[in-house]
Amino acid sequence: MTYLLGIFQTIGVHTLLGLSAYLLLLTGQLSLAQVGFFAIGAYVSGILTVIFSWNIFAALALGSLMAGFFAFLVGFPALRVKGLMLVVATISFSEIVRLFFFNLSWRVNVNGVEVGPDSTQGFREIRYFAANGWEQIHIVGLIWFVVMVVMLALWWLDQVRAGSVLRAVGTDELAAQSSGINLTMVKVAAMTGGGVIAGIGGGLFAHSTTYVDHHTFVILLATFAVSYPIIGGLRSVIGTLLAVIFIQGFIIEGLRFMGDYRNLIFGLLIILVMNLRPQGLLDGHLVADMRKLLAKLTKGGKADA
Amino acid sequence: MLEVRNLVKHFGGVRAVDGLDFKIQQGEVFGLIGPNGSGKSTTVNLVCGVFSPTDGEILLDGIDLGAIAPHNRVDAGVARTFQNIRLFSELTVWQNLWVAWRDQPGQEQGWVSNWFGRSPARRQEIQKLLEFSGLGDKADHLAGNLAFGEQRRLELARAMASKPKLILLDEPAAGMNSAEIKDLCQRVLAMKEMGMTVLLVEHVMELVMNVTDRITVLNFGKPIAQGTPVEIQNNKLVQEAYFGSAENAHGGVS
Repeated sequence: MTYLLGIFQTIGVHTLLGLSAYLLLLTGQLSLAQVGFFAIGAYVSGILTVIFSWNIFAALALGSLMAGFFAFLVGFPALRVKGLMLVVATISFSEIVRLFFFNLSWRVNVNGVEVGPDSTQGFREIRYFAANGWEQIHIVGLIWFVVMVVMLALWWLDQVRAGSVLRAVGTDELAAQSSGINLTMVKVAAMTGGGVIAGIGGGLFAHSTTYVDHHTFVILLATFAVSYPIIGGLRSVIGTLLAVIFIQGFIIEGLRFMGDYRNLIFGLLIILVMNLRPQGLLDGHLVADMRKLLAKLTKGGKADA
Repeated sequence: MLEVRNLVKHFGGVRAVDGLDFKIQQGEVFGLIGPNGSGKSTTVNLVCGVFSPTDGEILLDGIDLGAIAPHNRVDAGVARTFQNIRLFSELTVWQNLWVAWRDQPGQEQGWVSNWFGRSPARRQEIQKLLEFSGLGDKADHLAGNLAFGEQRRLELARAMASKPKLILLDEPAAGMNSAEIKDLCQRVLAMKEMGMTVLLVEHVMELVMNVTDRITVLNFGKPIAQGTPVEIQNNKLVQEAYFGSAENAHGGVS
């Protein structure tokens, strides 16, 4: 049971990472900065509950706002460049963040115990949940509540004009600009939103594992983050969730006996998807087909009754 | 209305536009024609800000467009279509118009409802524009799935969605058959009747000669003639630019 809950916990956190990359991918921008925002969310909210004894919800909120703020700041210079250059710029950002926390030592005596980030030793005492009597099921519940809220928000975004504008920028920047869309504003807004989502994911991650260090926030995690929406497709937020379940649930956990060979499978999967289904597994046609099938079934059901 | 003064654009050593002057009056359809590579599309790109000019001024109702960022030129009143169709193919037909939509002056919605609202009144306005464009029954289709002629009409509708004062049509008849060209003639004339000013860049003379009030002819980035369609048809210099001069033709044979 604990093992299963642990997997749910991982899938939930990774879905938040994937959705953070999804939002920016809608505007056609591939960013590897998501892991940097994730790290900021993790450390900031951890520091708030551990050193300043904040309530978890306030700490999560401020952690994700800080991540969003840095995303906003990074967005302006980074989004002036495109494609590979953006990838390089965002990798640099994530590495800067990682190396900052790698060097950050902020030990404070709280109730007779030394706590806080301890540079290379990591940040070990993020025990808010245990100290306040939360059980694992409650933690998993909180994570999935946040996942659901974020998914609903992104679904809603597609129902309003802002969602269409994001996708318009992702489809054709010149046409969008000629339609009066401020490209920089739209991309920075998407980057900021992505930062907030990654930040809250980072805060939940830090508190559910009770321990983070700089190894957690390597670029590999950022490649996972962008691979979820790429594999799942940008038609719908469900695609990202399915991709996380498939990769974390099946490839990483299900094939655990294969050890490091799983990374090979992961790489192979991305190459296969890019060649066979460049729009992702859940592309526009599949969604349309499923809608038709659903309509047919419900219609058929009514005819029978 | 639109005034172009001594417009110059160099790409490296190429003088794509080389000292262009013209004035477009309020409510007229103004044609810009010329052989391939004479600087027509470059002129459109300069007016809507894709390129910035090497020299010269572009004034819209006396306001210098050069000082306005490209995306803000839509709010200044300039909209365009593209030579090769550029729709938001992943969006539905009506969402394409929604992205470019500007409310009638005086009826603008607030920032929040503009970006995050789903005003039914606005949706109806969009539907009206789609009916006008002959796309009324295709509102929920993906733009990328439309037939070629429909895509051209949608692009035109998207340009109209921003309620422009001036609309730039960059070879709107490219690839059209004669029935579609006739339909396009009607549409351009209807736009004129609605009070829009049109700058038409085009090779298809059937369209140019039927809808324009005045024409400027470009060759190697310079204006070589200006006048009404009839005047242009009878202009020696224009005939030479398109067909070569009689002497050259003779020389070519011998």
